[in-house]
Amino acid sequence: MIINHPLLGPRDASEFYYLGDASLINRPDWQAEDAIAQFHDYLYLRDNPAGKHRELWYHEQGDRSWLVVTRDTTTHEITKVELARDVALTGGQDK
Amino acid sequence: MRYSAAKILWQGLTGNRGWKSVWREPQPKSEYDIIVVGGGGHGLATAYYLAKKFGHKNIAVLEKGWIGSGNVGRNTTIIRSNYLLPGNGPFYEMSMKLWENLEQELNYNAMVSQRGVVYLSHSDAQRDTLARRGNAMRLAGADAVLLDEAEVRKNFPYFDYDNARFPITGGLLQPRGGTARHDGVVWGYARAADQLGVDIIQNCEVTNFLIDNGVCSGVETSRGVIKAKKTAVCVAGSSSKVMAKANMRLPIESHVLQAYVTEGLKPVIPGVVVFGAGHFYISQSDKGGLVFGGDVDGYNTYAQRGGMPVLEHSCEGGVALMPMISRARVLRTWGGLVDMSMDGSPFIDKTAISGLYFNGGWCYGGFKATPASGYCYAHLIAKDTYHPNAAAYRLDRYLSGRMLDERGVGAQPNLH
Repeated sequence: MIINHPLLGPRDASEFYYLGDASLINRPDWQAEDAIAQFHDYLYLRDNPAGKHRELWYHEQGDRSWLVVTRDTTTHEITKVELARDVALTGGQDK
Repeated sequence: MRYSAAKILWQGLTGNRGWKSVWREPQPKSEYDIIVVGGGGHGLATAYYLAKKFGHKNIAVLEKGWIGSGNVGRNTTIIRSNYLLPGNGPFYEMSMKLWENLEQELNYNAMVSQRGVVYLSHSDAQRDTLARRGNAMRLAGADAVLLDEAEVRKNFPYFDYDNARFPITGGLLQPRGGTARHDGVVWGYARAADQLGVDIIQNCEVTNFLIDNGVCSGVETSRGVIKAKKTAVCVAGSSSKVMAKANMRLPIESHVLQAYVTEGLKPVIPGVVVFGAGHFYISQSDKGGLVFGGDVDGYNTYAQRGGMPVLEHSCEGGVALMPMISRARVLRTWGGLVDMSMDGSPFIDKTAISGLYFNGGWCYGGFKATPASGYCYAHLIAKDTYHPNAAAYRLDRYLSGRMLDERGVGAQPNLH
């Protein structure tokens, strides 16, 4: 697989470390009433779809940036690559 | 029809014209007591033990494709019970005991071959770890022998013992471990279940569950609605996809695990060898092919194929361990979809929906578990209580803090 890095251009997937579903960016509020249940779902449960999947890849052998890659889990086709930082900032996080 | 040596001789003399179909091809009835979703090894074993040990008669196994078309036909056929944790050890040892008597019980040749499974160590610390594991195995009723370097050398003179990075210092042998014939297991369970009246319905995809007020009363399929008092899902590899139809999210990611086989060679590898430090394991099939594998590819996928980097990595591990195989040619590679769970251990549990049961999350180790998984799942379905050997395989164990993490790497499925 080739991941088209937004800053560095096309890079081989073997340069990256894979973390999983991009929902891991959205950490629950630890002060919420049901924080335990929220953290259980956040940490352990996954949609695990067959089809479009937004996922976190870390460019360990490169610029060490985190990417959000949109990839089809049935064909491995990659349709979108974003910097995870941009995704988090757009999602309302402050860093 | 019971198989016997006399029958084979007689059929051989009469042109083999008297063999009958091994199982029926029934039409689905409109209602069953129990539906097992998934005609793989675990599903067929579940149906068999429900009929044989728990006295149920009205059972159907629904399979989307043909029986054995999933992971049970795509593994490397290793059986072992060398587990460390108390929640796992007795379960896998139960499975090993069922393997040992499987062929007699099913009257079918599953080619169970207890040729030994050895894990290699490369340092004093690793040897201590293996010694601890061996002790845990023996406490769980399994067999384990700690080998020193000379003993490993006796059976495997061709390893690279003086490898600069991974010198071999010994190993942990489970003499009763070995291999079995994957298709033979499927066909054996299917035939035995069929003879006990289980309807095995192939080309029948479950498209939805009939769930009303938290009660599951059957399934919708590509061949119509089938009602059941109890519905038992057993579709490892596709668990998340199927359980999503019941609005359940699982602690599972689907990954692909590759395996490889070389051309047929003369007998050279007497058992199963696991070179964990090099992400490589190998055995030799009865046809002579070297069957080997390594790690999962490491990213979510539902494609039953892996990538070349992992193939290359596995081959590097193999050549590092036994340089002589560098010239063996790989004939075939394949990939199986594995339910990688958050702690590397499986689930055999009820769900929050009454009448709906779940079995999955077998990671890359489902094949060896086939008999015990079927037995314990049947126990749960029939009695609504957990079999003591499988009581730890609960869906809520992450919330209750009772993880079963053999590798100790946490909630990161691609590391287990």
